[in-house]
Amino acid sequence: MSLKIVVLAKQVPDTRNVGPDAMTPEGTVNRSALPAIFNPEDLNALEQALRLKDKFGATVTVLTMGPGRAAEVIREAVYRGADGGYLLTDRAFAGADTLATSYALATAIKHVCPDVDLIIGGRQAIDGDTAQVGPQVAEKLGLNQITYTEEILSLENGIIRVKRHIDGGVETVESKLPCVLTVNGSAAPCRPRNIKRLLRFKRALAPLELQNTTYAELPYASEYEKKPYLKIQQLTCADVEADLSQCGLAGSPTKVKAVENIVFKAKESKVMTGSDEDVNGLIRELLASHTIG
Amino acid sequence: MANFYTDIPEIKFELENSPLMPRIVELKERDFADRDEYADAPQDVADAVDSYNRVLEVVGDITANVVAPNAEDVDAEGPHHENGRVRYASKTYENLQAMTQAGLNGMTMPRRYNGLNLPVTVYTAANEIVSTGDAGFENIWSLQDCIETLYCFGNEEQRQKYIPRVCNGETMSMDLTEPDAGSDLQSVMLKATYDEENECWRLNGSKRFITNGDSDIHLVLARSEAGTRDGRGLSMFIYDKRDGGVDVRRIENKLGIHGSPTCELVYKNAKCELCGDRKLGLIKYVMSLMNGARLGIAAQSVGLSQAAWNEALAYARDRRQFGKAIIEFPAVAEMLSNIKARLDAGRALLYQTARYVDIYKALEDISRERKLTPEERAELKLYNRLADAFTPLAKGMNSEYANQNGYDCIQIHGGSGFMLEYACQRIYRDARITSIYEGTTQLQTVAAIRYITNGFYAGVIGEWEQQSVPAEYAAYAERLKAMNARLNACIASVREADNQELLDLAARHLYEMTAETVMCHLLLHNAVQAPELFGKSLNVYVNMAEADVTRHATLLEHLDVEQLENYRRE
Repeated sequence: MSLKIVVLAKQVPDTRNVGPDAMTPEGTVNRSALPAIFNPEDLNALEQALRLKDKFGATVTVLTMGPGRAAEVIREAVYRGADGGYLLTDRAFAGADTLATSYALATAIKHVCPDVDLIIGGRQAIDGDTAQVGPQVAEKLGLNQITYTEEILSLENGIIRVKRHIDGGVETVESKLPCVLTVNGSAAPCRPRNIKRLLRFKRALAPLELQNTTYAELPYASEYEKKPYLKIQQLTCADVEADLSQCGLAGSPTKVKAVENIVFKAKESKVMTGSDEDVNGLIRELLASHTIG
Repeated sequence: MANFYTDIPEIKFELENSPLMPRIVELKERDFADRDEYADAPQDVADAVDSYNRVLEVVGDITANVVAPNAEDVDAEGPHHENGRVRYASKTYENLQAMTQAGLNGMTMPRRYNGLNLPVTVYTAANEIVSTGDAGFENIWSLQDCIETLYCFGNEEQRQKYIPRVCNGETMSMDLTEPDAGSDLQSVMLKATYDEENECWRLNGSKRFITNGDSDIHLVLARSEAGTRDGRGLSMFIYDKRDGGVDVRRIENKLGIHGSPTCELVYKNAKCELCGDRKLGLIKYVMSLMNGARLGIAAQSVGLSQAAWNEALAYARDRRQFGKAIIEFPAVAEMLSNIKARLDAGRALLYQTARYVDIYKALEDISRERKLTPEERAELKLYNRLADAFTPLAKGMNSEYANQNGYDCIQIHGGSGFMLEYACQRIYRDARITSIYEGTTQLQTVAAIRYITNGFYAGVIGEWEQQSVPAEYAAYAERLKAMNARLNACIASVREADNQELLDLAARHLYEMTAETVMCHLLLHNAVQAPELFGKSLNVYVNMAEADVTRHATLLEHLDVEQLENYRRE
């Protein structure tokens, strides 16, 4: 059995270690202060794919949507064991909400891997935190989905058994292939980069990363001739024959009504003890101000 | 995210700023002969150095995010002895798995055996980094270095059989020590006999203090020549655990490096293979094995010193007394400065030694493939001597420094340092073995003394003294010259006395004076290139070393043959 697995991965700003300079004075995200990283739960997803590859043999293809720099996600996945990847990139995809994103991803999967066995992604990305893209991809492709995956228990005769994380415990479910899994952060962490793979692919670049130059003008140009895998493949809207009206802003029913800049300016501080009385008082106060609840 | 390579720019400096590095890369890569055949092979020197950096970034990542966080649990749990086998502490398996998945095994082996073909210098850096996270785990992982001896002296069939397995993550051990053969390995009694019927060698007897003694592949020193009693009757054997016949009788309960199982082994007619020629086991192969292992312990020691620095600095910044952070008190800051100075000086010596070893080993390896040119033969001879002379300095001094740094680290923690909650106590315990195993500091002195008396170090130091330094460093250069003059006067007067016992007694003093003078020069060289990294340490270290040289010189100036009686004890 050689499985065909597509891993959905996203490059996100690292919102886990937000410092005082995370926002610009204008209230937008200060991207230079928040380095772009591989979405953490997508790394958990990649690990699940690689474990299946170790066990059964599989072709693991990473699919990511984003600008040229998102090719870093593909390189990182390949360093850790993925076989290759596609950068889905087009101006027409810009401004996509989860519906338009899942449409683009589903269309791309149909194009690059029509006979896919498993699509695995992280539960959610740390920038939007919606957890919608995985399930919507499943719907658009008409596939079963298992969310909150913690561990793949077995895969026999086209049936996958999965332990999923639920409130207060775990649940074991089965599905026939093909299906979509979204993986929880409590699943096994991703393995490290493999040195031989790292050294082999370290020069891999997507065309969009070249910035006004060509492969032939790069240092070690002949390498790109001899090793086609060093050219990361890009897919545009046209390449995957996507319907423009369902892409990007045009395909996004989510309308942002307003964006509010909230800049916390502490004028005073309050000191509270750990007593029940103080804690209850704080909860009441936060409820009253609709900060929580 | 923390990374124990990129967070420590001093290591990267050592990797990138030596004029020897391009030569090392050319030799190791055989003028880039692999580049068309292996996709992971570099195209040129710059490409190779880029790859080295990337490799060490992975080591730094795994160490910071897997090995270091596991260190406390591994130390507390330790390995288990079950049915004649070793079961590691549970998190040791996590560490080993991460290393294997990353492919950080058989790092120096040629690509044709599935190795990474990395220079010893890069492997040494990896060793140092891993040790900073957990010196006990580094012990297990770095025994992969034994494969170097099998590669050098085993036959092609053995190379093909064993090297890919080590590259794939199988562990190794070197089975040398026995109850009555510690420092004196000539007394090894483990019996190797040839089994005519099955056409193989058999091992019978026991070994003690064997690090990672339940490993997959063992190199074993045993007596193949019945009736002999000295080193010439010993040969080297390869024992493959898959063949069975060696059991673990017990695991030692140690002061430190708890994660690393130290085993007593029983050989019951265990099948094994002869490695290399009979009778050369100790005099040739173990000496080679030991030199590699000593460089490894030097790296482990530097890693521990780095850990001591990290812990001490963090605590001194954080801990407040008398209304301010204790780092602001000169008495504390001096201890910190001393730790950093010893760390920077010792590290400079470590990598200088590793580079010497690299050039020597690469040329030696090339000599197995083709005849060397006369220039190459001269280069091989020079670097062989440099490696041989500098290895005992790097091992002895760095292991003593690791101990001192661990001590100072606890001192900076005050009463908290004496409690088991802080990492400093583990560093202190782990450091203690470094000045003992793979040859005590006293034996490093024995290995170095001939290069002291024959003027070899003096020649190297003399060459360094000829190098011009920028005006702002001229005063340091003068002080170093004065230190060296003092050292040479002491050597001359000890030689003049022409008394072996006096020389043996003076050896440790001359050894430290030499090593300190060497490290001053290396640190001066580094500081000139990167004052922001090494400027302070240069100042502190030269002050420290100069005072130390004066102390040793004063003692030696007063020591004469008549006093020897007072140094004898019965």
